[in-house]
Amino acid sequence: MTEPIKVLTANIDKPNSTSIDTYVAGGGYEAARTALGMKWEDVIQIVKDSELRGRGGAGFPTGMKWSFVPRNAPKPTYLLCNADEAEPGTFKDRVIIEKDPHLLIEGMIISAYAIGSNPMAYIYIRGEFHYGATVLVKAVEEARAKGFLGKNLFGSGFDFDITVHRGAGAYICGEETGLIESVEGHRGQPRVKPPFPAVVGVFGGPMVVNNVETLACVPLIIKNGAEWFKSFGSPKNTGPKLYCVSGRVKKPGVYEFPMGMNLKELIYDHCGGIIGDAQLKAVIPGGASAPMLRPDEIDLPLNFDAVMKAGSMLGSAGIIVLDETVCIVDAVWRLAKFFAHESCGQCTPCREGTNWMESILDRLERGEGRQQDADLLLDMSDNIGGKSLCALGDAAIGPVISSVKKFRDEYLHHVTHKTCMPGTKRYRRLDMPVGAH
Amino acid sequence: MADLHPANPYAADRFPDPSKTVEFPEDVKKRFEEILTRYPTREAALLPTLHLVQETWGWISPEAVHYVGNLLDLSPATVFGVVSFYDMYNQKPVGKYQLRVCTNLSCMVSNAYDIYEHLCDRLNVDPHETTKDGLYTVVEVECLGSCGTAPVVQVNNDYHESMSVAKMDDLLTRLR
Repeated sequence: MTEPIKVLTANIDKPNSTSIDTYVAGGGYEAARTALGMKWEDVIQIVKDSELRGRGGAGFPTGMKWSFVPRNAPKPTYLLCNADEAEPGTFKDRVIIEKDPHLLIEGMIISAYAIGSNPMAYIYIRGEFHYGATVLVKAVEEARAKGFLGKNLFGSGFDFDITVHRGAGAYICGEETGLIESVEGHRGQPRVKPPFPAVVGVFGGPMVVNNVETLACVPLIIKNGAEWFKSFGSPKNTGPKLYCVSGRVKKPGVYEFPMGMNLKELIYDHCGGIIGDAQLKAVIPGGASAPMLRPDEIDLPLNFDAVMKAGSMLGSAGIIVLDETVCIVDAVWRLAKFFAHESCGQCTPCREGTNWMESILDRLERGEGRQQDADLLLDMSDNIGGKSLCALGDAAIGPVISSVKKFRDEYLHHVTHKTCMPGTKRYRRLDMPVGAH
Repeated sequence: MADLHPANPYAADRFPDPSKTVEFPEDVKKRFEEILTRYPTREAALLPTLHLVQETWGWISPEAVHYVGNLLDLSPATVFGVVSFYDMYNQKPVGKYQLRVCTNLSCMVSNAYDIYEHLCDRLNVDPHETTKDGLYTVVEVECLGSCGTAPVVQVNNDYHESMSVAKMDDLLTRLR
């Protein structure tokens, strides 16, 4: 059995883990001191060598992202930290934010130095994480008081400061350009690309957006070297990884393993299996946007490439486990409702399509479904995917397409028998008023 | 089937009442000035300023929309556009305790709808409505990012995790 590791989560169980004194006593901020004594090119090279890939969902190589940022641009360069953790099933960044905020701040100092961000960075934290924002604000103040933020850090002449920017409840602001719009004080509607944010980002300057977990990896890479980081996982899928498991398992939670943990082992050995030892029905491996996997498909390593090969995506590693008691149409309806609510309304295929998908799934649940509804859902998905500015539309169709293809009998049962499959249950009442989007 | 285009019930309340003016208290003004120093443009201070409005008055009234517009050199329409885009900005007064029940997938399969439906029944309100005594507003929300301790209910700023109907009833007796 693979043992869990304590790398990114090394500090979280320490008493008073959020205090700067605890962090410094454990060797904290030494990596930042080391990095700022190096040439910025070398910092980027080490991160490139480590093969660190972004933990926010897309898995883009972090070092490469940094190297796209032009130097000597006429406008200031910005670093944004994406702490808008809102993907259903994902709750890993919150652990770092609430338990080890200085790891994130140190990662930001190093990243900002590498891309030449000067002098301000923003942590975009979702509005609901009020406690997390309080922890971060306090941590930033502590770091400033110690001289780790502000002017001339570690005598290198590098000036850098962080502002905690709270969102206000919009999933779309986790999208790179939606996040930029939101920091600038606008509605969080994603932008047309190009120009890519690396060149024209927030406030017109070049910039980089990195996820919390990605930034938390950076001090560890500088401290221990690229080879050490690559000793976790497999080539191109390196490093420690936080996996979030939720749904119908006995022991849900955040688990840290080397990248490439086996999904079946994670669910059955570490999370204690399914509640009531029921049969597994489906697993969503990477947050609500990821296509579902059937029980016969889950014997696979959880890394970016292997999950993609299995027809899904690792995304933010938010693993949602559904057992035989869950009505799949109802589960997909709930996700469709989420995407319909969170579509920003800018592109017609996504705005209209997500609402219609929710309506069709709802009528199936109500016993008003039609024979052609399963195919209609596939047809609609085809008209949403790839036809909007950002990836929200593509995300919305992931669970719909995969469930229709893999659980078509359940859809048809709803049409023929006007009720859920025997042995499955709907987790809601149908007589509740449905709120507006 | 869900009504896809419900009429906005608050449209009539969007216009400010000229007899009412609002202004931040002095301490909030200081925080507002501090916020302005953190951003290269005034407009970027809009989200944090709206959070200040909500902390001060509990919701974002049409008068406050105009006030913020004046503070940041933005049109009221721009400010209202932002207010209506983000879920957390209250466009009408809410109860002393806002009970935000997450019902997204992980919470749903952990029986979050039981809590939500129980709250609506027990408090005799429709979703997004406030009880007559002004104490509670029940809201169904999207994922709160606490799926490992589902179901979760956010009461104002605080998360209450691993909830159940019994725990919710117990919590209600303490929220007075």
